[in-house]
Amino acid sequence: MSESIVLDIKNLRSHFFTAKGQVPAVDGVSIQVPEGKIIGIVGESGCGKSMTAMSVMGLLRYPGRVVGGTITLDGKDITHLRPKEISKVRGNEISMIFQEPMTSLNPVYPVGKQVREAILLHQKVSKEEAKERVLDIFRAVGISEPEKRYYSYPHQLSGGLRQRVMIGMAMVCRPKVMIADEPTTALDVTIEAQILRLMKKLCQEQGTSIILITHNMGVVAEVCDYVYVMYAGKVMEQAETFELFERTSHPYTQGLLRSIPRLDEKAERLYTIDGVVPNLLHLPKGCSFCTRCSQAEDRCFAEKPRLYETSEGHGVRCFLYEGEGKVCLDE
Amino acid sequence: MEKSVLRLFYQIVCLLWKNAEGRLFFVLNRVLKRIVISVPVLIGVVLAIFIMLRIVPGDPVTTMMGEHVNPAVIEKISREMGLDQPVIVQFFKYVFNALRGDFGTSYRLNRNVTQIILDAFPNTVRLSLMAAAVAWLIGIVAGVVAAVRQNKLLDRMFMGCALMGVSMPVFMTALILQYVFAFKLKWFPVSGYDSWKAMVLPAIALGWNSAGSIARMTRSNLVEIMQNDFIRTARAKGLMEKGVILKHALKNAMLPVVTMMALQFSSMLSGAVLTESVFGVPGIGRLAVNGIETRDMPLLQGTVVFTTILIIAGNLIADLLYNVLDPRIREGA
Repeated sequence: MSESIVLDIKNLRSHFFTAKGQVPAVDGVSIQVPEGKIIGIVGESGCGKSMTAMSVMGLLRYPGRVVGGTITLDGKDITHLRPKEISKVRGNEISMIFQEPMTSLNPVYPVGKQVREAILLHQKVSKEEAKERVLDIFRAVGISEPEKRYYSYPHQLSGGLRQRVMIGMAMVCRPKVMIADEPTTALDVTIEAQILRLMKKLCQEQGTSIILITHNMGVVAEVCDYVYVMYAGKVMEQAETFELFERTSHPYTQGLLRSIPRLDEKAERLYTIDGVVPNLLHLPKGCSFCTRCSQAEDRCFAEKPRLYETSEGHGVRCFLYEGEGKVCLDE
Repeated sequence: MEKSVLRLFYQIVCLLWKNAEGRLFFVLNRVLKRIVISVPVLIGVVLAIFIMLRIVPGDPVTTMMGEHVNPAVIEKISREMGLDQPVIVQFFKYVFNALRGDFGTSYRLNRNVTQIILDAFPNTVRLSLMAAAVAWLIGIVAGVVAAVRQNKLLDRMFMGCALMGVSMPVFMTALILQYVFAFKLKWFPVSGYDSWKAMVLPAIALGWNSAGSIARMTRSNLVEIMQNDFIRTARAKGLMEKGVILKHALKNAMLPVVTMMALQFSSMLSGAVLTESVFGVPGIGRLAVNGIETRDMPLLQGTVVFTTILIIAGNLIADLLYNVLDPRIREGA
């Protein structure tokens, strides 16, 4: 990738310190976000997608904590900033929208004021000017009657409208990166398409990069430029979207793609990957996917595979691709 | 002092008005409904107290005259006071007079009951206001601090005090305060009501109990609210933790607390019987106690009606406050 990298996550490790032991929720994740692109992070529940995002935002709460790696935003290391400094970055240079539009807005304030707060926090503008900016962003995210909606309370809006408000809130300070954590999971499918299109449009217009966290391969195929497939806190495969779907390499990614029901095939049962995500406290000694992998060999249970580059920008964490004499992507 | 209090009151009213504007009809409708509903409640309370006073042993005339009085005299006085008539007749007479604002004349003090109550009420108001100030200030601050420092030393300490406040009977708190601060340290007078200094101990005794429950409720609500998704949004927006708590969490957490505070205040106003007795504050609570001791039926009935009205009003205000503060409830109903 030759574009300039806005957000560079290197070997990020975030652990949870519980009574039962240390849980490696994010275990050496490296993600590069080029300017103005949409990066997808895919994986099952509990694979560490959201925790990666929360780590980047500095929003991990006790007992979770970033224990290693660096997060560089536009050349500035934001891994271990003081609360006051990170709060200047949050919502301003990097913002986040969440899965639950129903509960992510404060019920006792009008939505317009909640968006306005984001502006007033980061920019020195008058309240009137900030309000105008809110109305502008409301129009940009496709909220009809912005003047009226400005004074609406969250419970008066539909899920789709609330998510538009959230996106407006995240975009209003023109951040460099916006993280969208399953932004459409709680919405119905027609609204989902609208919201995705909207995000893509805003991304192109404002040059904002988006990290889209999802478990939906269809969404990835539709909007993402580059995809990271995560499993048990690790990146299993990474590639440009087209490449990933064209030359799906990792057995896990293959399984994920086969799990999507197809209209042109008749199937008695839907395909599933056998087994469940392993307990992060008791990960297998070797490859974390070995217990569920149909192609696992003895070696997979003993040694940890690294991320092997099979073609430019395409990395696979699987021994099947080691022998091809390719460079290793992670350090 | 009075002026600034008035101004503050005016500002609060303005704020509530701003919130209530446009829903005036809704609010009025609600108030009227509640007033209509409260009429049977009032009548029921009066009837209950009427019957109880006449079942309980102890004849007011005998109590008034002392022993060894000629039975003929007692009978004569009873007739004069209308006590020889059937209870039901007495009741309707009372209600009829009460509707015209006449609550009768106190047997013992030989004064108009309405006047006695209105004379005593300012003392109770003063005590309640001070107690409420103690309760709200300490309760909310302690609750917020405890929630923020959850499970830390400060939290444990505050919640320990709060638990004591909630579980210790008022008269015991009052006696301890009297002993320590009035008797031993001599910082405040033991009893009385003439100076603000004299009101400090009663206010603390009365307020501590409420402060305890307010602190506990504030803490538990705040802790719960802090788990909400919108708190995460507020953090992601770039608010510092202080702003997150004060701007986003506290208002949500305070909704039920405000209701409780309004209810507590109305019950304080309707007479802190124990506190007023221990500290000798001549308020509504003392009147009620005197009324019981001397079988002063008109006085006791008067205070009961008065406090019932206060409690009903307090409930109504709490209800309306909740409506004004929580946008989700406003349109409903």
